[in-house]
Amino acid sequence: MNCRSQTLELTVEARQIEETVLAVLHTVLLHRSSGKFHYKKEGTYSIGTVGTEDVDCDFVDCTYVRVSSDELDRTLRRSVGEFKDALRNSGSDGSGQISLEFYQKKKSRWPFSDECIPWEVWAFKLNVVNLANEQERQICREKVGEKLGEKIINIIEVMNRHEYLPKMPTQSEVDNVFDTGLRDVQPYLYKISYQITDSLGTSVSTTMRRLIKDTLAL
Amino acid sequence: MDGELTLQDKKDLDKFIKFFALKTVQVIVQARLGEKICTRSSSSPTGSDWFNLAIKDIPEVTHEAKKALAGQLPGIGRSMCVEISLKTSEGDSMELETWCLEMNEKCDKEIKVSYTVYNRLSLLLKSLLAITRVTPAYKLSRKQGHDYVILYRIYFGEVQLNGLGEGFQTVRVGMVGTPVGTITLSCAYRTNLAFMSGRATGEDDAGTFPSVEDSQEVCTTSFSTSPPSQCVFTVSKTHFQTPRPVVMDTLKVPLLGLTFTNQMIVPSKEGGIPVLPLHPAPGTQADHDRMPLCNLTDMNQHVAATPSSSGETELLSKSSEGKSGTPQDTLETTFTRKVGAFVNKPTNQVIAANMDLPFAVFASKIVESEDTDVMVNPPDSPTLESPLHASLHSDQSSGSSGLTQDEFVMVELKPAFSKDDFLPMDLGTFYREFQNPPQLSSLSIDISAQSMAEDLDSLPEKLAIYEKNMEEFDAFVDTLQ
Repeated sequence: MNCRSQTLELTVEARQIEETVLAVLHTVLLHRSSGKFHYKKEGTYSIGTVGTEDVDCDFVDCTYVRVSSDELDRTLRRSVGEFKDALRNSGSDGSGQISLEFYQKKKSRWPFSDECIPWEVWAFKLNVVNLANEQERQICREKVGEKLGEKIINIIEVMNRHEYLPKMPTQSEVDNVFDTGLRDVQPYLYKISYQITDSLGTSVSTTMRRLIKDTLAL
Repeated sequence: MDGELTLQDKKDLDKFIKFFALKTVQVIVQARLGEKICTRSSSSPTGSDWFNLAIKDIPEVTHEAKKALAGQLPGIGRSMCVEISLKTSEGDSMELETWCLEMNEKCDKEIKVSYTVYNRLSLLLKSLLAITRVTPAYKLSRKQGHDYVILYRIYFGEVQLNGLGEGFQTVRVGMVGTPVGTITLSCAYRTNLAFMSGRATGEDDAGTFPSVEDSQEVCTTSFSTSPPSQCVFTVSKTHFQTPRPVVMDTLKVPLLGLTFTNQMIVPSKEGGIPVLPLHPAPGTQADHDRMPLCNLTDMNQHVAATPSSSGETELLSKSSEGKSGTPQDTLETTFTRKVGAFVNKPTNQVIAANMDLPFAVFASKIVESEDTDVMVNPPDSPTLESPLHASLHSDQSSGSSGLTQDEFVMVELKPAFSKDDFLPMDLGTFYREFQNPPQLSSLSIDISAQSMAEDLDSLPEKLAIYEKNMEEFDAFVDTLQ
């Protein structure tokens, strides 16, 4: 099975990084999160309810919808914060890419550790610019808002193609497909990583790969 | 496995489609209420949340949707549409977008109804939630209240997109294949927001209205939660050239003011046409459109009973008189009172009378008695107590002819976090009593001028005394060190 991948690209001002990335990540995770599973006897299960919340952006003229889960929001904000700091530290006018990868775990026999098989990857490339005055910033605010709206529509278009999704797992397998660690919702297993390229376009010597969701490492 | 749908599957599918249609309408209408929506996730299934999503049901909206469907289901050739339009306080209106839930003939016989179709419908609803915040009408709806309101209309049958002007765009939300056809959800939205005049006067000359006049006859219905005798219907025709032979008994309902329990209207004085644009007071800043106005719950109980609600209804009818200008024969009506969503208990009603004065909202307090209940008696002008009130109204900028001094009345200040007004001295009473303290005497000009002159005169004397006692002062200073 091939992993499908989507790339979105956006040009933003430094202060818009956080909100645009969160908007994209949350929109994807909204579609890739389910309610908590409750397994019953005879292999059936019931699903909890997912609430949603509107989030207004301050530096971008846009509102996005996220899953009502503070835990998930905190986790994403942490990763996005790191990405933002890395981008800013790389100097002005740089660019970077943050990836959200959905994967399945495949148990391997000892001594091999479990495999993580990605089935969907979303890459969000950001080009950061510096603006000179307030008027430009205002225009940027609206423009980025429009572009972000387009990206959200792109995401939705992909989601509704109804392409491969992991099979609904049995109770013993659920942790290989879903992240069951959250209290209120259950997203598919995912990890976030990012890469910064400086303004020269070359990879920074240490490509930083941070796994936010630690897989079982034996 | 054969391609035939089992009876159980057919029943399930019909149920899914029906509830999907109802939830779709809820999502769209709620997204145009002008407020941020927030629902909670629940890890344990409640059994009543369709598609595993927490989407609240506004009763009026469900009622409208069921009425439009009239027992049918969206199917091939039978689309369910939600039309969102904008209407200004002058009466001009413009269609902004039309959301269409349609079905085409492409069937997917192999798909599992109770599982795959259900999950995909859930995904489609999530997409709808996200997309409704992205189309241009969302931003307009967030700013509604002062100059315009957003209305919705549900109809069933043929899709009508002519009211959207030239160059309208279409965005597809998604598709779900089922054994009986493929459900598609899309939105056609206007891109040309240059306002077209579509005055509802009826007597203007024909043929001069570009797009709005193509819209069909609209029927504005107001809902009252008091006894059925209070229900009032008005029908008004926007100027149209080509009558449309489609479903006519559709309703254009305003969104501002919908709560999740009940919605209130008030029959106003002009022959039973409910007009309730509760716009913020003139002079209110444009971004102050989210004032915490009254949260209506069960107005059945409140309309006749409590003073606060009656004062508010009076306010509404008065402000509406002013705002809508001279009443006309075919007056289109809307009710636009801003209420809080998801609220289940009555809370304060504080109306910002005029934003020029800080805390102007606390400047005057009017308590309405039952006798001024507009439902019972024609409303009278309430007496005003505060001397500040005159200044409040002198700054009104709207210039509406019907505005009276009593337009903005403040009813029963109920400060947050204070107990009910049973105690003789609670927070609210305290505040009212002490909000206008007398000016400090030392700050009044006459006295200060006088004392200044006196001070100057006595200065030489004082200096002489101090020089005489200089040694004493020095000794004192030494003791301090």
